[in-house]
Amino acid sequence: MATLTLDNVKKSFGKADVIHGISIDVADGEFIVIVGPSGCGKSTLLRMVAGLETVTSGDVQIGGRRVNDQEPMDRDIAMVFQNYALYPHMSVFDNMAYGLKIAKTPRADIEERVAQAARLLQLEAYLQRKPRELSGGQRQRVAMGRAIVRKPAVFLFDEPLSNLDAKLRVQMRLEIKALQRELGVTALYVTHDQVEAMTMADRMVVMNDGIADQVGAPLEVYANPATEFVAGFIGSPPTNFLSAEVLGRAGDARIGVRPEHTRLSEGGNLTARTVYSEALGAETLVHLKCADGTQVTVRQDAASTIPREGAEVGLDWDTANEMRFDSSGRRC
Amino acid sequence: MEKRVKFKGIWLPILLVLPQILITAVFFFYPAGQAIWQSLFIPDPFGLSMQWVGLGNFEFLLSDRYYRASFVTTAVFSILVTVVSMGVALYLAVLADRLVRGSGTYRTLLIWPYAVAPAVAGVLWLFMFNTRVGVVTWYLGLLGYDWNHVLNEGEAMGLVVIASAWGRISYNFLFFLAGLQAIPRSVIEAAAIDGAHFWTRFRTIVFPLLSPTTFFLLVVNIIYSFFETFGVIHTITSGGPQQATTILVYKVYSDGFVGQDLGSSAAQSVILLAIVSLLTVVQFKYIERRVHY
Ligand SMILES: Nc1ncnc2c1ncn2[C@@H]1O[C@H](COP(=O)(O)OP(=O)(O)OP(=O)(O)O)[C@@H](O)[C@H]1O
Ligand SMILES: [Mg+2]
Repeated sequence: MATLTLDNVKKSFGKADVIHGISIDVADGEFIVIVGPSGCGKSTLLRMVAGLETVTSGDVQIGGRRVNDQEPMDRDIAMVFQNYALYPHMSVFDNMAYGLKIAKTPRADIEERVAQAARLLQLEAYLQRKPRELSGGQRQRVAMGRAIVRKPAVFLFDEPLSNLDAKLRVQMRLEIKALQRELGVTALYVTHDQVEAMTMADRMVVMNDGIADQVGAPLEVYANPATEFVAGFIGSPPTNFLSAEVLGRAGDARIGVRPEHTRLSEGGNLTARTVYSEALGAETLVHLKCADGTQVTVRQDAASTIPREGAEVGLDWDTANEMRFDSSGRRC
Repeated sequence: MEKRVKFKGIWLPILLVLPQILITAVFFFYPAGQAIWQSLFIPDPFGLSMQWVGLGNFEFLLSDRYYRASFVTTAVFSILVTVVSMGVALYLAVLADRLVRGSGTYRTLLIWPYAVAPAVAGVLWLFMFNTRVGVVTWYLGLLGYDWNHVLNEGEAMGLVVIASAWGRISYNFLFFLAGLQAIPRSVIEAAAIDGAHFWTRFRTIVFPLLSPTTFFLLVVNIIYSFFETFGVIHTITSGGPQQATTILVYKVYSDGFVGQDLGSSAAQSVILLAIVSLLTVVQFKYIERRVHY
């Protein structure tokens, strides 16, 4: 259990700058989710914290101690990899006990801690099996078990659920969060799935191309995106963006309105043509195209009347729900 | 999922495997059959008549002091060649695996010795260690060591082992490198996070995961050292001094073609054949199953 501080951390691979300076303060026991599109540098950032990549500049501190030059094993962290990285030739028990054995923990102690973790993760029946004899979800649990038996100060997760099917992902999401809360261990969790980010994070870091665009509690980020990128990335379906020109206003700002804040109306701010609609049961998503080709999505209650395809309708919203972004994408 | 090509009719498949079967028949089954047949006779040196002796050749061989000595020589030689060539290859492969840049050049250079025929390799090493003009001998002389593999049995064995192992390192290196690169990086990283330093990781993770490669190479190298080292031994020591480097396959040659004892030579071939068959069976039946994961 410890705090984690990133202070203007940068990373370059040769000439390629991948992380352009990221600062985050993580409180003891906090669950931080790093979310962003593929290739934005999430894994690289996590691996720098783990000590698997060198830090080009800036400081990484764990529990107030600068760890830039420490080996992974000296940082008091545990990591769960996307492919689980289990030791294929060892049993589940040995996989979990590996770190403890290396630390020369007494045998009785090892057995107790592995048994405890196995109970917590419902792996008791599988302790003697090899990883290849387990299902994806069970392997995922073993990887979790390997992380928790060592009682590290910080958990690092790199997309641990992306190899699971949708249903299992929802279940494991809850389990990981519950486990982290129970153990009270500080956690850094990387994902490209915004639903995971929204549901698991105490605070989330939205990354865009090597920069942390916004750090904040999920609902706060959702309600108040700091940049056009965040507004577009967080929320599904994504925010509608319209140029001032289309709305007949002065300036070059872009206006963002979330689909659930957009209404179909007579007249209103502008008119658009219905392209198609998706009925999802509880709600219907209506996709429209404005005169200049801009795509807009409106989230409609399933009970409301849905315009037929090709129909001209008006779009409207409350000005309070408008988000304005300047030409550099920042909120204004 | 199994990938299978289905052929219509029987003739195309037969045509496709025929060349291989013909080659095997001409160069393996026929001579092997002949060796088994001949091992039951004692022919006269001119091949004009053969006398049936049943298992007499074998009985004589197994009670022959020199033949049993050759067994020991072969065992020592094979173990040394296998251990040296695999050990060095593994070491180089581990280094090459860690290398990110320039590993291509390194790899190419390491593969070259494989292209050198054993007899040529033997001559190369013979030149370097020639008792009068060899460059290595000269340097050893400067250091006060008097190298003479023509007289010294241990040195003779050392030299044929080095020359045989050298040509094998490339082959083993390629397999080890491929094996190492097949181990997921994240598994090694997980072990590093778990607290294992380089040597511990090698011992507990890398080496066990390499074991299929290692066992495969073990059998292949032992078989290699039984047969293909003939050229090396023939050029460097001709089995001497005092038969110190006369391994089984060399004895087949020297008893048969130099000593003109074709019956005994044939019997020795049959024994060698049996040993190699046994090794192969052991590889497929036993070792492959015991290998990790
Ligand atoms: N070892 C490396 N050498 C050079 N470039 C690298 C290296 N590792 C990563 N990169 C580059 O750094 C950038 C960020 O990679 P990273 O793996 O951190 O992305 P990510 O956000 O984790 O993506 P994903 O969601 O696909 O896992 C990518 O453009 C990638 O090509
Ligand atoms: Mg990644």
